[in-house]
Amino acid sequence: MPVWQKIYNEFKDNNFIIIAVAMDSRKGAPDKWIRDASPSYVSLIDREHHLADLYNMVNVPQAVWINEAGRIVRPTETAGAYEAFRYMELATGAVPENEAQKAKQTHRNYYAALRDWIVNGDDSHFAFDAEGARTHIPTMTSEMALAHVKFRLGQYLLKTGKIKEADLLLQEASRLHPDSWTMWRQWSKPMESGLAAGPDFWERVYALGEKRYYPLPDMEGMPE
Amino acid sequence: MTTLLTETGVFTIDANVSGEELWLSPAAAESATGWVLKEEGFCRGPLCVPISPTIKTELVSNGNINISDFWRHMNRPILHDESGEVWVLGESAADRTAQLQSLEAPDFTLPDLQGKFHSLAEHRGKKVFLCSWASW
Repeated sequence: MPVWQKIYNEFKDNNFIIIAVAMDSRKGAPDKWIRDASPSYVSLIDREHHLADLYNMVNVPQAVWINEAGRIVRPTETAGAYEAFRYMELATGAVPENEAQKAKQTHRNYYAALRDWIVNGDDSHFAFDAEGARTHIPTMTSEMALAHVKFRLGQYLLKTGKIKEADLLLQEASRLHPDSWTMWRQWSKPMESGLAAGPDFWERVYALGEKRYYPLPDMEGMPE
Repeated sequence: MTTLLTETGVFTIDANVSGEELWLSPAAAESATGWVLKEEGFCRGPLCVPISPTIKTELVSNGNINISDFWRHMNRPILHDESGEVWVLGESAADRTAQLQSLEAPDFTLPDLQGKFHSLAEHRGKKVFLCSWASW
């Protein structure tokens, strides 16, 4: 994302690094994106979504803030994204003005908070203390742990050509971990554009009802 | 040969598979999973899990280790493909939660576009913004 390169350029001499991880199982899928952006921060590819398993991530973009001592000061949360697309008029692609504003506000304030932390470190009021960080860690269940194992075996079998068996495992992983958009969109057949955003995606989004696609961070400055 | 997918990587190992059971030599178990059978039980790093004599007779036979039943005993997820040639030995929700609750950011090693591997640990001493994205 352009904002990551911008922030990295601003703060690369302030003991700060960005590690961006592409949750992309299909060989070559993120390559063009990385080449076009040619980021100077660390850009990695995670075909088995190992990072999602370790940090309990369920969508993109999500982020974790880690201080100089390797301590998590903000656990996994949505990184500046807002679900304005849910309010889009399908025929015209138009997004209502108030929702477009919320998207801008979310993005602006999230990255302002990140800048504040880069400058002020643990003193930033956006960095949680130990207790605050612990209470914001998303809960992991045994179904989710099993889903990650099925996903991993599925991805391995895909690589070795056992497509049918793999597909069942990936579908099963999604069923066990319904909150993971990462697993579902990786499994779901992409459209020509490469985006997994066809009718099945929209159906799954409608089924969210009041639940958010991008839960907002517990952070000052986020929309209502 | 059997392929094991574990927390530390992918291992091709001479194992003994019988239905839902996966038997490994102590050396293979250690290299693929990090777990070692000692006097005090099964140990990985500083952590030891005591094993009762009854359970030990089920988990150890002819010097080999029934790693699958040990995994189930620890409530960790374990899975194999239809052929029984590929096994995944996963980490439990309790392990993951304990790791995150310690607030010590779990380390990982992943490749960049050129195939060069990078670890989180290499950046200790810096603030890290660790973020996910995808092409889909």
